[in-house]
Amino acid sequence: MISATDLQLTFGKGTPLENPALRGMSLTVNQGEFVTVIGSNGAGKSTFLNALAGEVLVDSGKIVVDNQDVTRLPTHKRANRVARVFQDPLAGTCENLSIEENLALAIKRGQSRGLTSAVKKQYMKQFRDSLSSLNLGLENRLGDKMGLLSGGQRQAVSLLMASLTPSSILLLDEHTAALDPKTARFVLELTEHIIATQQLTALMVTHSMKQALEVGSRTVMLHQGQVVFDISGKERDGLEVKDLLGLFEKQRGLQVDDDSLLLG
Amino acid sequence: MLSEIAFYGALETGLIYGLVAFGIYISFRVLDFPDLTVDGSFPLGAAVAAVLIMGGWNPWLATGMAIIAGMAAGAVTALLNVKLKILNLLASILTMIALYSVNLRIMGRPNVALLGEETVLTPWYELGLKFHQVPVLLFMVVAVVVLVLLWRFMKSETGLAMRATGANPRMARAQGIATGSMIVLGVALSNGLVGLAGALFAQSQGAADVTMGVGVIVIGLASLIGGEAVLTPSTVVRALIACIIGAIVYRLAIAFALNADALGLKAQDLNLITAVLVTLAIVLPGVRTKIAHRLTRKQA
Repeated sequence: MISATDLQLTFGKGTPLENPALRGMSLTVNQGEFVTVIGSNGAGKSTFLNALAGEVLVDSGKIVVDNQDVTRLPTHKRANRVARVFQDPLAGTCENLSIEENLALAIKRGQSRGLTSAVKKQYMKQFRDSLSSLNLGLENRLGDKMGLLSGGQRQAVSLLMASLTPSSILLLDEHTAALDPKTARFVLELTEHIIATQQLTALMVTHSMKQALEVGSRTVMLHQGQVVFDISGKERDGLEVKDLLGLFEKQRGLQVDDDSLLLG
Repeated sequence: MLSEIAFYGALETGLIYGLVAFGIYISFRVLDFPDLTVDGSFPLGAAVAAVLIMGGWNPWLATGMAIIAGMAAGAVTALLNVKLKILNLLASILTMIALYSVNLRIMGRPNVALLGEETVLTPWYELGLKFHQVPVLLFMVVAVVVLVLLWRFMKSETGLAMRATGANPRMARAQGIATGSMIVLGVALSNGLVGLAGALFAQSQGAADVTMGVGVIVIGLASLIGGEAVLTPSTVVRALIACIIGAIVYRLAIAFALNADALGLKAQDLNLITAVLVTLAIVLPGVRTKIAHRLTRKQA
Protein backbone atom coordinates (compact mmCIF):
# COMPACT_ATOMS: atom_id res chain seq x y z
CA MET A 1 0.00 0.00 0.00
CA ILE A 2 1.19 3.50 -0.68
CA SER A 3 -0.15 6.72 0.67
CA ALA A 4 0.70 10.29 -0.14
CA THR A 5 -0.60 12.91 2.26
CA ASP A 6 -0.87 16.63 1.59
CA LEU A 7 2.11 16.85 -0.76
CA GLN A 8 3.27 20.37 -1.51
CA LEU A 9 5.94 21.16 -4.05
CA THR A 10 6.83 24.45 -5.70
CA PHE A 11 9.48 24.69 -8.41
CA GLY A 12 11.64 27.80 -8.59
CA LYS A 13 10.49 29.15 -5.26
CA GLY A 14 11.13 32.88 -4.80
CA THR A 15 11.83 33.43 -8.51
CA PRO A 16 9.60 35.04 -11.14
CA LEU A 17 9.12 31.54 -12.57
CA GLU A 18 7.69 30.17 -9.34
CA ASN A 19 5.50 27.23 -10.24
CA PRO A 20 3.43 25.36 -7.66
CA ALA A 21 3.26 21.82 -9.06
CA LEU A 22 1.70 19.96 -6.14
CA ARG A 23 -0.77 21.78 -3.87
CA GLY A 24 -1.93 19.47 -1.15
CA MET A 25 -1.98 16.32 -3.22
CA SER A 26 -3.25 13.27 -1.30
CA LEU A 27 -3.84 9.76 -2.59
CA THR A 28 -3.89 6.28 -1.08
CA VAL A 29 -3.45 3.26 -3.31
CA ASN A 30 -4.31 -0.13 -1.84
CA GLN A 31 -2.55 -3.41 -2.46
CA GLY A 32 -3.46 -4.85 -5.86
CA GLU A 33 -5.12 -1.70 -7.19
CA PHE A 34 -4.44 -0.50 -10.73
CA VAL A 35 -5.01 3.26 -10.76
CA THR A 36 -5.05 5.36 -13.92
CA VAL A 37 -4.17 9.03 -13.52
CA ILE A 38 -5.33 11.73 -15.93
CA GLY A 39 -5.08 15.48 -16.02
CA SER A 40 -4.24 18.25 -18.43
CA ASN A 41 -0.74 19.58 -19.03
CA GLY A 42 0.68 21.05 -15.85
CA ALA A 43 -1.83 19.27 -13.62
CA GLY A 44 1.05 17.69 -11.71
CA LYS A 45 0.83 14.11 -13.01
CA SER A 46 4.51 13.67 -13.81
CA THR A 47 5.60 15.65 -10.76
CA PHE A 48 3.47 13.38 -8.57
CA LEU A 49 5.08 10.29 -10.10
CA ASN A 50 8.54 11.82 -9.73
CA ALA A 51 7.75 12.60 -6.09
CA LEU A 52 6.69 9.00 -5.47
CA ALA A 53 9.83 7.69 -7.20
CA GLY A 54 12.12 10.09 -5.32
CA GLU A 55 13.39 12.00 -8.37
CA VAL A 56 12.07 15.17 -6.73
CA LEU A 57 11.69 15.66 -2.98
CA VAL A 58 8.49 17.36 -1.80
CA ASP A 59 8.54 20.59 0.22
CA SER A 60 6.08 19.19 2.73
CA GLY A 61 3.73 16.27 3.16
CA LYS A 62 4.37 12.60 3.69
CA ILE A 63 4.85 9.58 1.44
CA VAL A 64 4.51 6.14 3.00
CA VAL A 65 5.19 2.94 1.09
CA ASP A 66 4.37 -0.31 2.89
CA ASN A 67 4.42 1.38 6.29
CA GLN A 68 7.83 2.94 5.69
CA ASP A 69 8.12 6.70 5.51
CA VAL A 70 10.13 7.32 2.32
CA THR A 71 9.46 11.09 2.07
CA ARG A 72 13.12 12.11 2.38
CA LEU A 73 14.71 9.10 0.67
CA PRO A 74 16.46 9.56 -2.71
CA THR A 75 15.40 7.48 -5.73
CA HIS A 76 17.94 4.71 -5.34
CA LYS A 77 16.91 4.03 -1.75
CA ARG A 78 13.28 3.61 -2.78
CA ALA A 79 14.05 1.39 -5.74
CA ASN A 80 13.51 -1.82 -3.76
CA ARG A 81 9.84 -0.80 -3.40
CA VAL A 82 9.21 1.37 -6.45
CA ALA A 83 9.50 0.10 -10.03
CA ARG A 84 9.16 2.47 -12.92
CA VAL A 85 8.66 2.68 -16.69
CA PHE A 86 9.37 6.02 -18.34
CA GLN A 87 7.56 7.77 -21.16
CA ASP A 88 10.66 7.88 -23.35
CA PRO A 89 11.35 4.34 -24.61
CA LEU A 90 15.07 5.16 -24.58
CA ALA A 91 15.04 6.20 -20.92
CA GLY A 92 14.26 2.87 -19.28
CA THR A 93 17.14 0.88 -20.73
CA CYS A 94 20.82 1.35 -21.58
CA GLU A 95 21.36 1.15 -25.32
CA ASN A 96 25.06 0.32 -25.07
CA LEU A 97 24.42 -2.68 -22.86
CA SER A 98 23.10 -5.99 -24.12
CA ILE A 99 19.55 -7.18 -23.43
CA GLU A 100 20.80 -9.65 -20.84
CA GLU A 101 22.91 -6.97 -19.13
CA ASN A 102 19.88 -4.68 -18.90
CA LEU A 103 17.84 -7.50 -17.40
CA ALA A 104 20.69 -8.32 -15.01
CA LEU A 105 20.66 -4.69 -13.83
CA ALA A 106 16.92 -4.93 -13.20
CA ILE A 107 16.98 -8.26 -11.39
CA LYS A 108 19.11 -6.63 -8.67
CA ARG A 109 16.90 -3.55 -8.39
CA GLY A 110 17.13 -2.14 -4.90
CA GLN A 111 19.57 -4.82 -3.74
CA SER A 112 23.25 -4.54 -2.97
CA ARG A 113 25.59 -5.27 -5.84
CA GLY A 114 28.83 -7.17 -5.38
CA LEU A 115 31.79 -8.25 -7.46
CA THR A 116 30.37 -11.51 -8.75
CA SER A 117 29.56 -11.75 -12.43
CA ALA A 118 26.45 -9.68 -13.24
CA VAL A 119 24.96 -11.93 -15.91
CA LYS A 120 24.65 -15.24 -14.08
CA LYS A 121 23.78 -18.61 -15.60
CA GLN A 122 20.96 -19.15 -13.11
CA TYR A 123 19.16 -16.04 -14.43
CA MET A 124 19.10 -17.28 -18.01
CA LYS A 125 15.99 -19.44 -17.78
CA GLN A 126 14.00 -16.63 -16.16
CA PHE A 127 15.28 -14.12 -18.76
CA ARG A 128 14.39 -16.42 -21.67
CA ASP A 129 10.98 -17.33 -20.25
CA SER A 130 9.94 -13.76 -19.62
CA LEU A 131 11.27 -12.54 -22.99
CA SER A 132 9.51 -15.34 -24.88
CA SER A 133 6.21 -14.21 -23.31
CA LEU A 134 6.56 -11.07 -25.44
CA ASN A 135 6.48 -13.10 -28.67
CA LEU A 136 9.07 -10.79 -30.21
CA GLY A 137 11.78 -13.40 -30.60
CA LEU A 138 13.98 -11.51 -28.15
CA GLU A 139 14.71 -14.69 -26.16
CA ASN A 140 17.18 -15.62 -28.90
CA ARG A 141 18.84 -12.19 -28.92
CA LEU A 142 19.99 -11.93 -25.31
CA GLY A 143 23.47 -10.82 -26.33
CA ASP A 144 22.27 -8.10 -28.71
CA LYS A 145 22.75 -4.45 -27.82
CA MET A 146 19.59 -2.78 -26.52
CA GLY A 147 20.13 0.02 -29.07
CA LEU A 148 19.32 -2.43 -31.90
CA LEU A 149 15.72 -2.75 -30.69
CA SER A 150 12.80 -0.58 -31.79
CA GLY A 151 11.10 1.84 -29.40
CA GLY A 152 8.20 -0.54 -28.84
CA GLN A 153 10.49 -3.47 -28.19
CA ARG A 154 12.53 -1.41 -25.76
CA GLN A 155 9.42 -0.31 -23.93
CA ALA A 156 8.25 -3.93 -23.69
CA VAL A 157 11.63 -4.90 -22.23
CA SER A 158 11.42 -1.94 -19.81
CA LEU A 159 8.11 -3.34 -18.58
CA LEU A 160 9.63 -6.77 -18.11
CA MET A 161 12.54 -5.22 -16.23
CA ALA A 162 10.16 -3.40 -13.92
CA SER A 163 8.34 -6.65 -13.12
CA LEU A 164 11.39 -8.90 -12.80
CA THR A 165 11.59 -8.39 -9.05
CA PRO A 166 8.69 -7.72 -6.64
CA SER A 167 7.78 -4.11 -5.93
CA SER A 168 5.22 -2.34 -3.76
CA ILE A 169 4.20 -0.10 -6.62
CA LEU A 170 4.75 0.06 -10.36
CA LEU A 171 4.81 3.59 -11.77
CA LEU A 172 3.97 3.98 -15.46
CA ASP A 173 4.52 7.48 -16.80
CA GLU A 174 2.61 7.78 -20.10
CA HIS A 175 4.64 4.80 -21.19
CA THR A 176 2.71 4.28 -24.42
CA ALA A 177 2.56 7.96 -25.45
CA ALA A 178 5.72 7.93 -27.58
CA LEU A 179 4.77 4.81 -29.54
CA ASP A 180 2.80 4.37 -32.76
CA PRO A 181 -0.86 3.30 -32.20
CA LYS A 182 -0.34 -0.39 -32.95
CA THR A 183 2.75 -0.69 -30.76
CA ALA A 184 1.04 1.37 -28.06
CA ARG A 185 -1.82 -1.13 -28.00
CA PHE A 186 0.61 -4.02 -27.76
CA VAL A 187 2.49 -2.41 -24.85
CA LEU A 188 -0.77 -1.54 -23.10
CA GLU A 189 -2.06 -5.11 -23.41
CA LEU A 190 1.26 -6.37 -22.13
CA THR A 191 0.98 -3.96 -19.19
CA GLU A 192 -2.48 -5.24 -18.29
CA HIS A 193 -1.31 -8.83 -18.62
CA ILE A 194 1.74 -8.36 -16.39
CA ILE A 195 -0.19 -6.42 -13.76
CA ALA A 196 -2.97 -9.02 -13.71
CA THR A 197 -0.78 -12.13 -13.60
CA GLN A 198 1.65 -10.76 -11.02
CA GLN A 199 -1.12 -8.97 -9.08
CA LEU A 200 0.90 -5.76 -9.04
CA THR A 201 -0.13 -2.48 -7.50
CA ALA A 202 0.21 0.09 -10.26
CA LEU A 203 -0.20 3.77 -10.98
CA MET A 204 -0.43 4.66 -14.67
CA VAL A 205 -0.36 8.23 -15.90
CA THR A 206 -2.03 8.63 -19.25
CA HIS A 207 -2.92 11.47 -21.53
CA SER A 208 -5.97 9.68 -22.91
CA MET A 209 -9.27 9.73 -21.02
CA LYS A 210 -10.43 6.76 -23.04
CA GLN A 211 -7.43 4.71 -22.01
CA ALA A 212 -7.83 5.83 -18.41
CA LEU A 213 -11.33 4.37 -18.28
CA GLU A 214 -10.60 1.23 -20.30
CA VAL A 215 -7.80 -0.16 -18.18
CA GLY A 216 -7.29 -0.43 -14.45
CA SER A 217 -9.73 -0.54 -11.58
CA ARG A 218 -9.76 3.09 -10.48
CA THR A 219 -9.32 6.49 -12.14
CA VAL A 220 -7.99 9.64 -10.55
CA MET A 221 -8.03 13.07 -12.16
CA LEU A 222 -5.54 15.72 -11.17
CA HIS A 223 -5.93 19.44 -11.62
CA GLN A 224 -3.63 22.18 -10.38
CA GLY A 225 -1.68 19.82 -8.17
CA GLN A 226 -4.65 18.22 -6.46
CA VAL A 227 -6.96 15.25 -6.90
CA VAL A 228 -10.24 16.64 -8.27
CA PHE A 229 -12.02 13.35 -8.47
CA ASP A 230 -11.41 9.71 -7.75
CA ILE A 231 -13.76 7.03 -9.05
CA SER A 232 -13.71 3.27 -8.85
CA GLY A 233 -15.97 0.22 -8.77
CA LYS A 234 -19.59 0.44 -9.96
CA GLU A 235 -19.46 4.19 -10.26
CA ARG A 236 -16.65 3.84 -12.82
CA ASP A 237 -18.08 0.96 -14.86
CA GLY A 238 -19.77 2.09 -18.03
CA LEU A 239 -18.45 5.62 -17.66
CA GLU A 240 -17.54 7.32 -20.91
CA VAL A 241 -15.22 10.15 -21.79
CA LYS A 242 -18.07 12.67 -21.98
CA ASP A 243 -19.30 11.61 -18.50
CA LEU A 244 -15.79 12.15 -17.22
CA LEU A 245 -15.74 15.63 -18.72
CA GLY A 246 -19.09 16.41 -17.20
CA LEU A 247 -17.82 15.22 -13.85
CA PHE A 248 -14.81 17.42 -14.16
CA GLU A 249 -16.78 20.52 -15.11
CA LYS A 250 -19.27 19.93 -12.31
CA GLN A 251 -16.49 19.53 -9.77
CA ARG A 252 -14.55 22.55 -10.84
CA GLY A 253 -16.91 24.73 -12.72
CA LEU A 254 -14.27 24.69 -15.43
CA GLN A 255 -14.06 23.90 -19.09
CA VAL A 256 -11.47 21.39 -20.17
CA ASP A 257 -9.36 23.34 -22.60
CA ASP A 258 -6.77 20.73 -23.36
CA ASP A 259 -7.72 19.20 -26.69
CA SER A 260 -5.31 16.34 -26.39
CA LEU A 261 -7.27 15.02 -23.41
CA LEU A 262 -10.41 14.82 -25.53
CA LEU A 263 -8.82 13.57 -28.70
CA GLY A 264 -6.50 10.99 -27.17
CA MET B 1 64.36 3.79 -39.41
CA LEU B 2 63.80 3.10 -35.77
CA SER B 3 66.68 1.68 -33.76
CA GLU B 4 66.03 -1.35 -31.56
CA ILE B 5 66.44 0.76 -28.43
CA ALA B 6 64.03 3.41 -29.68
CA PHE B 7 61.53 0.67 -30.59
CA TYR B 8 61.63 -0.92 -27.14
CA GLY B 9 61.53 2.53 -25.58
CA ALA B 10 58.33 3.27 -27.48
CA LEU B 11 56.82 -0.04 -26.33
CA GLU B 12 57.82 0.68 -22.73
CA THR B 13 56.22 4.12 -22.55
CA GLY B 14 53.33 2.87 -24.69
CA LEU B 15 52.49 0.21 -22.11
CA ILE B 16 52.64 2.80 -19.31
CA TYR B 17 50.37 5.16 -21.22
CA GLY B 18 48.12 2.17 -21.86
CA LEU B 19 47.45 2.18 -18.10
CA VAL B 20 46.64 5.90 -18.35
CA ALA B 21 44.31 5.10 -21.26
CA PHE B 22 42.53 2.49 -19.08
CA GLY B 23 41.93 5.22 -16.52
CA ILE B 24 40.68 7.65 -19.14
CA TYR B 25 38.46 4.92 -20.60
CA ILE B 26 36.78 4.57 -17.19
CA SER B 27 36.25 8.31 -16.69
CA PHE B 28 35.51 9.51 -20.25
CA ARG B 29 33.83 6.46 -21.72
CA VAL B 30 32.29 4.42 -18.90
CA LEU B 31 31.23 7.30 -16.66
CA ASP B 32 31.03 10.08 -19.27
CA PHE B 33 33.00 12.20 -16.80
CA PRO B 34 35.62 14.40 -18.51
CA ASP B 35 38.37 14.18 -15.91
CA LEU B 36 41.58 16.20 -16.18
CA THR B 37 42.81 15.18 -12.72
CA VAL B 38 45.21 12.79 -14.45
CA ASP B 39 47.67 15.61 -15.23
CA GLY B 40 48.10 15.85 -11.46
CA SER B 41 47.62 12.24 -10.40
CA PHE B 42 50.31 10.97 -12.81
CA PRO B 43 53.11 12.98 -11.15
CA LEU B 44 51.43 12.31 -7.79
CA GLY B 45 51.93 8.57 -8.29
CA ALA B 46 55.49 9.22 -9.41
CA ALA B 47 56.22 11.48 -6.43
CA VAL B 48 54.75 9.12 -3.84
CA ALA B 49 56.58 6.10 -5.25
CA ALA B 50 59.89 7.96 -5.61
CA VAL B 51 59.84 9.46 -2.12
CA LEU B 52 58.88 6.17 -0.49
CA ILE B 53 61.55 4.25 -2.42
CA MET B 54 64.11 6.85 -1.33
CA GLY B 55 62.85 6.31 2.21
CA GLY B 56 63.71 2.62 1.95
CA TRP B 57 60.29 1.18 1.17
CA ASN B 58 59.84 -1.96 -0.85
CA PRO B 59 59.26 -0.67 -4.42
CA TRP B 60 56.06 -2.71 -4.90
CA LEU B 61 54.64 -1.36 -1.63
CA ALA B 62 55.65 2.14 -2.71
CA THR B 63 53.85 1.55 -6.03
CA GLY B 64 50.79 0.36 -4.11
CA MET B 65 50.83 3.58 -2.09
CA ALA B 66 51.03 5.54 -5.37
CA ILE B 67 47.84 3.78 -6.51
CA ILE B 68 46.10 4.70 -3.24
CA ALA B 69 47.27 8.32 -3.55
CA GLY B 70 45.92 8.47 -7.11
CA MET B 71 42.60 7.03 -5.96
CA ALA B 72 42.38 9.66 -3.21
CA ALA B 73 42.97 12.43 -5.78
CA GLY B 74 40.26 10.99 -8.02
CA ALA B 75 37.87 10.71 -5.08
CA VAL B 76 38.43 14.41 -4.29
CA THR B 77 37.50 15.38 -7.87
CA ALA B 78 34.41 13.17 -7.82
CA LEU B 79 33.28 14.44 -4.42
CA LEU B 80 33.67 18.06 -5.56
CA ASN B 81 31.31 17.18 -8.39
CA VAL B 82 28.86 14.88 -6.59
CA LYS B 83 28.60 16.59 -3.19
CA LEU B 84 29.36 20.23 -3.98
CA LYS B 85 27.77 20.14 -7.45
CA ILE B 86 30.80 21.68 -9.16
CA LEU B 87 30.85 21.00 -12.92
CA ASN B 88 32.88 17.79 -13.48
CA LEU B 89 35.45 19.37 -15.79
CA LEU B 90 36.00 22.30 -13.43
CA ALA B 91 36.20 20.02 -10.39
CA SER B 92 38.98 18.04 -12.07
CA ILE B 93 40.88 21.22 -12.99
CA LEU B 94 40.72 22.36 -9.37
CA THR B 95 42.14 19.06 -8.14
CA MET B 96 44.80 19.10 -10.86
CA ILE B 97 45.96 22.58 -9.85
CA ALA B 98 45.94 21.67 -6.17
CA LEU B 99 47.97 18.55 -6.87
CA TYR B 100 50.82 20.65 -8.27
CA SER B 101 51.37 22.07 -4.79
CA VAL B 102 50.74 18.72 -3.14
CA ASN B 103 53.34 17.05 -5.38
CA LEU B 104 55.93 19.72 -4.57
CA ARG B 105 55.19 19.20 -0.88
CA ILE B 106 55.50 15.43 -1.14
CA MET B 107 58.89 15.62 -2.88
CA GLY B 108 60.09 18.69 -0.98
CA ARG B 109 61.68 19.86 -4.25
CA PRO B 110 60.77 19.88 -7.97
CA ASN B 111 62.25 16.44 -8.66
CA VAL B 112 63.57 13.31 -7.02
CA ALA B 113 66.17 11.11 -8.74
CA LEU B 114 66.01 7.35 -8.25
CA LEU B 115 69.46 6.53 -9.65
CA GLY B 116 70.95 3.47 -7.99
CA GLU B 117 67.82 2.79 -5.92
CA GLU B 118 66.07 -0.55 -5.95
CA THR B 119 62.91 -0.32 -8.09
CA VAL B 120 60.32 -2.85 -9.24
CA LEU B 121 62.58 -3.39 -12.25
CA THR B 122 65.80 -4.20 -10.37
CA PRO B 123 65.28 -7.97 -9.76
CA TRP B 124 64.41 -8.56 -13.43
CA TYR B 125 67.71 -7.24 -14.72
CA GLU B 126 69.40 -10.31 -13.19
CA LEU B 127 67.45 -12.67 -15.49
CA GLY B 128 69.94 -12.13 -18.32
CA LEU B 129 67.63 -10.26 -20.66
CA LYS B 130 68.75 -7.31 -22.69
CA PHE B 131 68.74 -4.11 -20.65
CA HIS B 132 66.04 -2.39 -22.70
CA GLN B 133 63.76 -5.45 -22.85
CA VAL B 134 63.24 -5.77 -19.10
CA PRO B 135 60.81 -2.86 -18.59
CA VAL B 136 58.81 -3.88 -21.67
CA LEU B 137 58.30 -7.41 -20.35
CA LEU B 138 57.44 -6.35 -16.80
CA PHE B 139 55.05 -3.60 -17.93
CA MET B 140 53.42 -5.97 -20.37
CA VAL B 141 52.69 -8.36 -17.50
CA VAL B 142 51.33 -5.48 -15.41
CA ALA B 143 49.16 -4.23 -18.30
CA VAL B 144 47.71 -7.68 -18.99
CA VAL B 145 46.96 -8.29 -15.28
CA VAL B 146 45.25 -4.88 -15.00
CA LEU B 147 43.33 -5.50 -18.24
CA VAL B 148 41.97 -8.85 -17.01
CA LEU B 149 41.04 -7.40 -13.60
CA LEU B 150 39.29 -4.41 -15.18
CA TRP B 151 37.46 -6.62 -17.64
CA ARG B 152 36.21 -8.88 -14.82
CA PHE B 153 35.20 -5.82 -12.83
CA MET B 154 33.24 -4.28 -15.70
CA LYS B 155 31.33 -7.56 -16.06
CA SER B 156 30.54 -7.71 -12.32
CA GLU B 157 27.35 -6.44 -10.70
CA THR B 158 29.11 -3.32 -9.46
CA GLY B 159 30.87 -2.77 -12.78
CA LEU B 160 27.61 -3.09 -14.67
CA ALA B 161 26.05 -0.58 -12.26
CA MET B 162 28.93 1.79 -13.03
CA ARG B 163 28.41 1.42 -16.78
CA ALA B 164 24.69 2.10 -16.35
CA THR B 165 25.51 5.19 -14.26
CA GLY B 166 27.49 6.68 -17.13
CA ALA B 167 25.11 5.60 -19.89
CA ASN B 168 21.74 6.43 -18.32
CA PRO B 169 21.86 7.90 -14.80
CA ARG B 170 18.09 8.24 -14.44
CA MET B 171 17.58 4.59 -15.29
CA ALA B 172 20.44 3.65 -12.98
CA ARG B 173 18.84 5.47 -10.05
CA ALA B 174 15.50 3.82 -10.77
CA GLN B 175 17.28 0.46 -10.54
CA GLY B 176 18.52 1.37 -7.08
CA ILE B 177 22.06 2.32 -8.07
CA ALA B 178 23.63 5.07 -5.95
CA THR B 179 24.99 6.97 -8.95
CA GLY B 180 27.00 9.42 -6.82
CA SER B 181 28.91 6.59 -5.15
CA MET B 182 29.51 4.97 -8.53
CA ILE B 183 31.06 8.19 -9.85
CA VAL B 184 33.33 8.45 -6.80
CA LEU B 185 34.37 4.81 -7.13
CA GLY B 186 34.95 5.07 -10.88
CA VAL B 187 36.93 8.29 -10.88
CA ALA B 188 39.00 7.01 -7.94
CA LEU B 189 39.69 3.77 -9.80
CA SER B 190 40.62 5.73 -12.92
CA ASN B 191 43.12 7.93 -11.09
CA GLY B 192 44.46 4.95 -9.14
CA LEU B 193 45.49 3.46 -12.48
CA VAL B 194 47.05 6.76 -13.53
CA GLY B 195 48.92 6.86 -10.20
CA LEU B 196 50.21 3.36 -10.97
CA ALA B 197 51.34 4.53 -14.40
CA GLY B 198 53.14 7.52 -12.83
CA ALA B 199 54.89 5.29 -10.29
CA LEU B 200 56.09 2.87 -12.99
CA PHE B 201 57.15 5.75 -15.24
CA ALA B 202 59.27 7.30 -12.47
CA GLN B 203 60.92 3.96 -11.78
CA SER B 204 61.71 3.23 -15.41
CA GLN B 205 62.94 6.78 -16.11
CA GLY B 206 64.87 6.99 -12.86
CA ALA B 207 63.24 10.17 -11.59
CA ALA B 208 60.01 11.84 -10.56
CA ASP B 209 59.44 15.40 -11.70
CA VAL B 210 56.66 17.78 -10.80
CA THR B 211 56.18 18.75 -14.47
CA MET B 212 56.01 15.20 -15.82
CA GLY B 213 52.20 15.28 -15.77
CA VAL B 214 51.81 18.07 -18.30
CA GLY B 215 49.79 16.79 -21.24
CA VAL B 216 49.24 13.28 -19.86
CA ILE B 217 45.51 13.74 -20.42
CA VAL B 218 46.09 14.49 -24.11
CA ILE B 219 48.40 11.50 -24.54
CA GLY B 220 45.89 9.26 -22.75
CA LEU B 221 43.04 10.57 -24.89
CA ALA B 222 45.14 10.16 -28.02
CA SER B 223 45.75 6.54 -27.04
CA LEU B 224 42.08 5.94 -26.26
CA ILE B 225 40.74 7.54 -29.44
CA GLY B 226 43.52 6.10 -31.61
CA GLY B 227 42.85 2.63 -30.21
CA GLU B 228 39.15 2.99 -30.88
CA ALA B 229 39.94 3.99 -34.45
CA VAL B 230 42.01 0.83 -34.93
CA LEU B 231 39.76 -1.60 -33.05
CA THR B 232 36.02 -0.84 -32.87
CA PRO B 233 35.24 -0.96 -29.15
CA SER B 234 31.98 -2.93 -29.38
CA THR B 235 32.65 -4.85 -26.17
CA VAL B 236 34.43 -4.01 -22.91
CA VAL B 237 37.33 -6.34 -23.60
CA ARG B 238 37.85 -4.90 -27.09
CA ALA B 239 37.74 -1.36 -25.66
CA LEU B 240 40.40 -2.27 -23.09
CA ILE B 241 42.64 -3.96 -25.67
CA ALA B 242 42.16 -0.87 -27.86
CA CYS B 243 43.55 1.30 -25.03
CA ILE B 244 46.82 -0.65 -24.97
CA ILE B 245 47.09 -0.90 -28.76
CA GLY B 246 46.29 2.79 -29.11
CA ALA B 247 48.96 3.79 -26.60
CA ILE B 248 51.63 1.64 -28.25
CA VAL B 249 50.70 2.78 -31.76
CA TYR B 250 50.78 6.38 -30.55
CA ARG B 251 54.26 6.03 -29.04
CA LEU B 252 55.55 4.22 -32.14
CA ALA B 253 54.10 6.92 -34.40
CA ILE B 254 55.82 9.59 -32.32
CA ALA B 255 59.11 7.67 -32.38
CA PHE B 256 58.91 7.25 -36.15
CA ALA B 257 58.06 10.91 -36.66
CA LEU B 258 61.00 12.03 -34.56
CA ASN B 259 63.41 9.51 -36.08
CA ALA B 260 62.55 10.16 -39.69
CA ASP B 261 65.21 12.68 -40.66
CA ALA B 262 63.42 13.45 -43.91
CA LEU B 263 60.57 15.05 -41.97
CA GLY B 264 62.98 17.30 -40.13
CA LEU B 265 61.03 17.06 -36.88
CA LYS B 266 62.70 17.61 -33.53
CA ALA B 267 61.84 16.64 -29.96
CA GLN B 268 60.32 20.05 -29.30
CA ASP B 269 57.68 19.31 -31.98
CA LEU B 270 56.23 16.52 -29.80
CA ASN B 271 53.11 18.37 -28.68
CA LEU B 272 52.39 19.57 -32.20
CA ILE B 273 52.65 16.01 -33.52
CA THR B 274 50.39 14.83 -30.70
CA ALA B 275 47.75 17.38 -31.60
CA VAL B 276 47.90 16.37 -35.28
CA LEU B 277 47.67 12.66 -34.42
CA VAL B 278 44.69 13.19 -32.10
CA THR B 279 42.92 15.24 -34.75
CA LEU B 280 43.52 12.49 -37.32
CA ALA B 281 42.31 9.82 -34.90
CA ILE B 282 39.11 11.76 -34.28
CA VAL B 283 38.43 12.61 -37.92
CA LEU B 284 39.48 9.42 -39.72
CA PRO B 285 36.79 7.01 -38.40
CA GLY B 286 34.14 9.49 -39.58
CA VAL B 287 35.72 9.67 -43.03
CA ARG B 288 35.83 5.87 -43.12
CA THR B 289 32.10 5.51 -42.45
CA LYS B 290 31.35 8.25 -44.98
CA ILE B 291 33.29 6.40 -47.67
CA ALA B 292 31.57 3.14 -46.70
CA HIS B 293 28.19 4.89 -46.97
CA ARG B 294 29.01 6.22 -50.41
CA LEU B 295 30.11 2.80 -51.61
CA THR B 296 26.96 1.06 -50.39
CA ARG B 297 24.80 3.77 -51.94
CA LYS B 298 26.50 3.25 -55.30
CA GLN B 299 25.89 -0.46 -55.10
CA ALA B 300 22.23 0.04 -54.23
